[in-house]
Order: sequence, then structure tokens, then C-alpha cells
Amino acid sequence: MLAFVLKRLALTGLMLFGLVCITFVVSNVAPSDPAALAAGPDATRDMVETIRREYGLDRPLHEQFLRYVAGLLQGDLGRSIVTTRPVSVDLARYFPATLELVLLSMTLGVLLGVPLGMASAVLKNRAPDHLTRFVAVSLVALPAFWFGILLQLLFSVHLEWLPTSGRLDVATPPPPPITGMILFDSAVAGQWATFRDAVSHAVLPALVLSFPCLASILRVNRAEMIEVLSSDYVTAARAHGVPPLRVVCVHALRNAMLPTLAIIGLRWGWMLGSTVLVETVFDWPGIGLYAVSAAIAGDFKPVMGVTLLIGLNFMIANLVVDILYGVLDPRLRTSS
Amino acid sequence: MTPLLDIRGYRLAFDGFEGRAHVLDGIDLRVEAGETVGIVGETGCGKSVLARSIARLVEMPPGRVLGGSIRFGGEDVFAMDGRALARLRGHGVAMIFQDPMTYLNPVFSVGSQMVDVIRAHDRAEGKPRRTRAAAREAAAALLGAVRLPEPERLLDRYPHELSGGMRQRVLIAMALAGNPRLLVADEPTTALDVTIQAQVLRLIGELVAERGLTLLLISHDLGVIGALCRRIVVMYAGTVVEDAEAATLFARPRHPYTRGLLAAVPDLARPDRRARPIPGHIPNLLDPPSGCRFHPRCPLAVTRCAAEKPGLREVDGRRVACHRAEDAAA
Repeated sequence: MLAFVLKRLALTGLMLFGLVCITFVVSNVAPSDPAALAAGPDATRDMVETIRREYGLDRPLHEQFLRYVAGLLQGDLGRSIVTTRPVSVDLARYFPATLELVLLSMTLGVLLGVPLGMASAVLKNRAPDHLTRFVAVSLVALPAFWFGILLQLLFSVHLEWLPTSGRLDVATPPPPPITGMILFDSAVAGQWATFRDAVSHAVLPALVLSFPCLASILRVNRAEMIEVLSSDYVTAARAHGVPPLRVVCVHALRNAMLPTLAIIGLRWGWMLGSTVLVETVFDWPGIGLYAVSAAIAGDFKPVMGVTLLIGLNFMIANLVVDILYGVLDPRLRTSS
Repeated sequence: MTPLLDIRGYRLAFDGFEGRAHVLDGIDLRVEAGETVGIVGETGCGKSVLARSIARLVEMPPGRVLGGSIRFGGEDVFAMDGRALARLRGHGVAMIFQDPMTYLNPVFSVGSQMVDVIRAHDRAEGKPRRTRAAAREAAAALLGAVRLPEPERLLDRYPHELSGGMRQRVLIAMALAGNPRLLVADEPTTALDVTIQAQVLRLIGELVAERGLTLLLISHDLGVIGALCRRIVVMYAGTVVEDAEAATLFARPRHPYTRGLLAAVPDLARPDRRARPIPGHIPNLLDPPSGCRFHPRCPLAVTRCAAEKPGLREVDGRRVACHRAEDAAA
């Protein structure tokens, strides 16, 4: 098992290096001049050249790359031209908000998607199955920006049950920062009024973000469950008198969870990358919003930083999935 | 006395894209406690589906019971509620399946699967559920009973770490966990190596004798059935065509299909006599032949055979479903 984990870790390191190369190349082929941007529209030619030297942008490409990598190794992701702060500081500030949203959505997606998928498989081709499948397809098909606005109109404007946007009401005192995730921090601090306010703000964006994820987990889990439920070992378990509920929830589910886990891992990375739309609609101050405003300004260091961060998360998610695979399936443990 | 297993006029069909396949067409079969009965027939004749029907393991739909009944210990299997069904499975009827590679759950250890089964039986029988440790001991004892060495260590192994023969023994041990009254073995040796086949067959034979089990053995192999069963039921295309004591059947088959089946077995003692296959094909069950389902392949067929389905009747000390049984003496 240890060798299995170490092998996967080494592979992750390699992938990370690949990602660093790609982000670097892409940011360098993009047709915009960061020095000119940093200098501002009224800058003279001399000023632009000074900045170019200052940032090391006049050096040959391989030298720039080595400096970039050396910086990364020390946790230096460069400086944002727009916010003028180091990108790492900005990320530390915006990432917890995104992480909070993604964690919530993923929890919703798994807690609803897996049981609904199981129920759908057990009731295959009956009315509840058709209904869940129809809803699942709809949830994937609805664009987040449109559906988000629709929900805002209904729950915030029309019914006035929930706030439209942001993470907290202006009047609500924020909790002392520990993780930067307000729900977690306020719960730890015991500030339940703040917690409730944060929940009411998070419900809609988390729902909108979770729908496509929920739907794909549901569909994969349903398909796998149907396959597993018709397998020989499930027939054998039934024949040996194992109670039906236990057959489905223990004997079958553990087998069906393997492909479902893969989808959960993929969706985790996908969610981090796709919070942009949801964060924009709900004015949620996360890395999506940060990356978009930087990209619009032609500010490359934040975009590269966000890309690396999302990529790293993707890899960690896949690593965790691989390890869980090994935990769930004894065949993988011995063959590696 | 009510027979242990009483199947009457059982008709089962499967609904599919191409239509309705009439898989079992009026099966009549009674098994008394203590009997050893073999069911023989070609692939696709419905013997496995019949075996699964006894423990109500056929998925409905696509399966659909068109008529008849299956009673086990006097109780109608299809009328059983959840509790009765839980008692039936494993405790009343236990099953051993064909392919030991696929009938063990790949992600659970042998021990945890067996413990699960043992504790499920406790619950079904209304006894206090044994602790995991106690169930583990019982599991080890069962593995010992099927002559597996080092049962304690085996409990922590996973199915993919075992050989085919070991897995089949594990499955047999699991089938014994509920002290079943009827053991249904569906092609238990077909997927095994020849040398292992003999061992597993001997094991089943010994267990049947030791525990006084009633055995229903299903196989396409007359040799396997002849080794373990006193009585043989021959099936063709979803019908029982002949039902006789093994000795009677081998000596004087009455149904033309049984005779064809026996002639198709190569005889090592008489190498000059070639094995003769039965001409023709298994019928399409979506549109089965009228009358006797064997008539298109039968050398003795007359017009009546295509018109009228023969019922099982007593002829020459056995039951046979053939209009011309009297003329079919070897």
C-alpha cells in the first residue's frame, strides 16, 4: 500500500512540472505586453523599458523560466499588476471562499447523487427512475449563469427568503479568520448568528454549482449499480440469504463506488475551474472572480497562479481517488 | 407426505426486445427429502432458470410466471413475504453456482462475506445474531468442513488470491452455512479444471452423505450426474421429457431425446462406436415448435407430435413425455 501511494505521489510531481511548463508557455505566447500594461496607458517608452528590465522580461525565455520555477519553489507566484499584491497573498485571501463553495457543493452532490443513483438503479425503468433521470439530464443542461439568476429572482427577489449575493450581510460581524472559510470559522468561534447568515448566503450558489456534479454522480452511480446488481456475486449473496437492503447498500455499493469515485475526483477539479460563472452571478469573492478580473486586465501572473492552484487541486483529488480505489478494491493493492 | 419440493405446471417466460421467450413450458417435478436428483439437458434448455426459480432468484421483469406453482416444504414460493423468503434462501434452499470466479464478491474478504451470510441466517431464523467473532469461528469451521486447509488464514484472503477450486469450496461452505434442506448445485464443476472437477464432485457427494442433504444437481454432463444422483430428470427446450431412476434411464431410455443424448456420449470402452450428435438445432424459444417441442428433430415423429403436446405419463417404471414412448424402447 505504501509503495502504491509513493508511486502515485511521484507521478503527481511529474504532472505538476508539466503543468508549470504549460502555464509558462501559454502566458508567454499570449499577445499582450505585461510591461506596457504595468506601466499604464500614459507611460513613455523609457518607463515601459525600465519596467521590462525590472520584471526581468527582457531576459531570454529559458532564463525567465528558471527564475519562474525558482520563484515557485519559494512560494513566489509573482505580483499582480492590478491588485499590486503578491499573487500568493491574493490566493490565500480568495481561495478559501472558493474552497468553501466547492466543498459544500461536492457534499451536496455526493450525499444526494449516490443515494438517488442507487434508488434509481433498484427501481430501474419505473416511474421514480424516469423522474430522477429526467431531472438529472435537466440539471446538467441548465447553464449555471441562467439558472443561478432564475433562482435569485425566485428566492431572493420574489420570495425574499435568501440574500442575492456575497458571503455575509454587511451588518454581520465576520468570524475571526482561521481557515478563511466563514462557515467553518464561525462554527468554531460559536458565532451562530454569523453561521446562519453565511449559510443563507451559500445555499443558492452551492446548489447551482452542485447540480451538474450531482447529476453526473447520479448517472454514473445508477449505471454502475445496475451493472453490479445483475452480477453473479450479487445473485449469490441473495441466494445465500443476505437481506436485500444489505445486498444493495453493502455488497453492491462498494463495487459500484469505484467508477463513481473517479467521477467525483474529476468533478472536483472541474468544479474549481467552473466556479467562475457561479461566483460572478452571486458576487462570491473567490478565485474564479479573481482570475476573470485579472484576465480581462491582461494581468498574467494571477491567471497563472490560479491555473496552477486548480491544477494542483485536480492532482490532489486524483491522488486521493487513487488511494481510495486501493482501499476499496483489494485487487489494486496487490497488483501494484 | 408432502414432497420437499413440488413444482407443478410451472411456466416461465422472458419479455425482451424480440418478443416473449417461452423458457419453461409446464415443468412438473417433485423431489422428496433425502433424494439425489440430477437435471440434465443442453445449454439453454432452461435448467438453470428452473434452479433459480426455486429460490425465487429470477428477476421479474423481464421474467414472468405464466402459470403453475413452486412449493417448498408445502409453502408457495411465489406467495412468500420477505421473512419467509429470507428463511427460504440459504436455510431452505442453498445454491452452488457454475463459475466460482464471478460468484464471490471481489472487494470483500472471504471471511467478511461468510460472516455476513452466517449472521443473515441467524436473523432469518429468529435466533440472536452471533457476534462477528463467533460468526468468524463458524465460518472457519465451515471452511474446514469443505476440506480447505488453514481455514483461519483463508478468512482474511480475497477471492482473487484463491484458485478456482478453492473458490468453489468457499462457495460450497457458504451454501452450507444455513444448514439447507435442499442443496441446488448448478453446473458446479463446469468451470473447473478436470482434476479439480473430480475433487469437487467427491466433496459434494461426501457432504450429501454426511449431512443427509437433498441434492438437486444440474449439469449438461451425464457423467457428472450419474456419479452423484439416484434419479435423473431430462429436460429439453423448457420441458421435462423423461424422469427416471438413473439405472433405468441409462439401461432403457424411453424418450427419443434421452436416447439421442446417451448416443452422443463417447464410450471409451467401445472406441469403435462413434458418438452420434442429435441432428438439428435447439428450437427458438421466441417461437417454439407446436406440440412436442422435440418433434422437428425426432426420428420417430408422427403428425400427432406436431399437433398435441405430450404430458408426462408412467411408462415402463418411469415418467416420460412422448406419444411414442411405447415404440421407443431401445
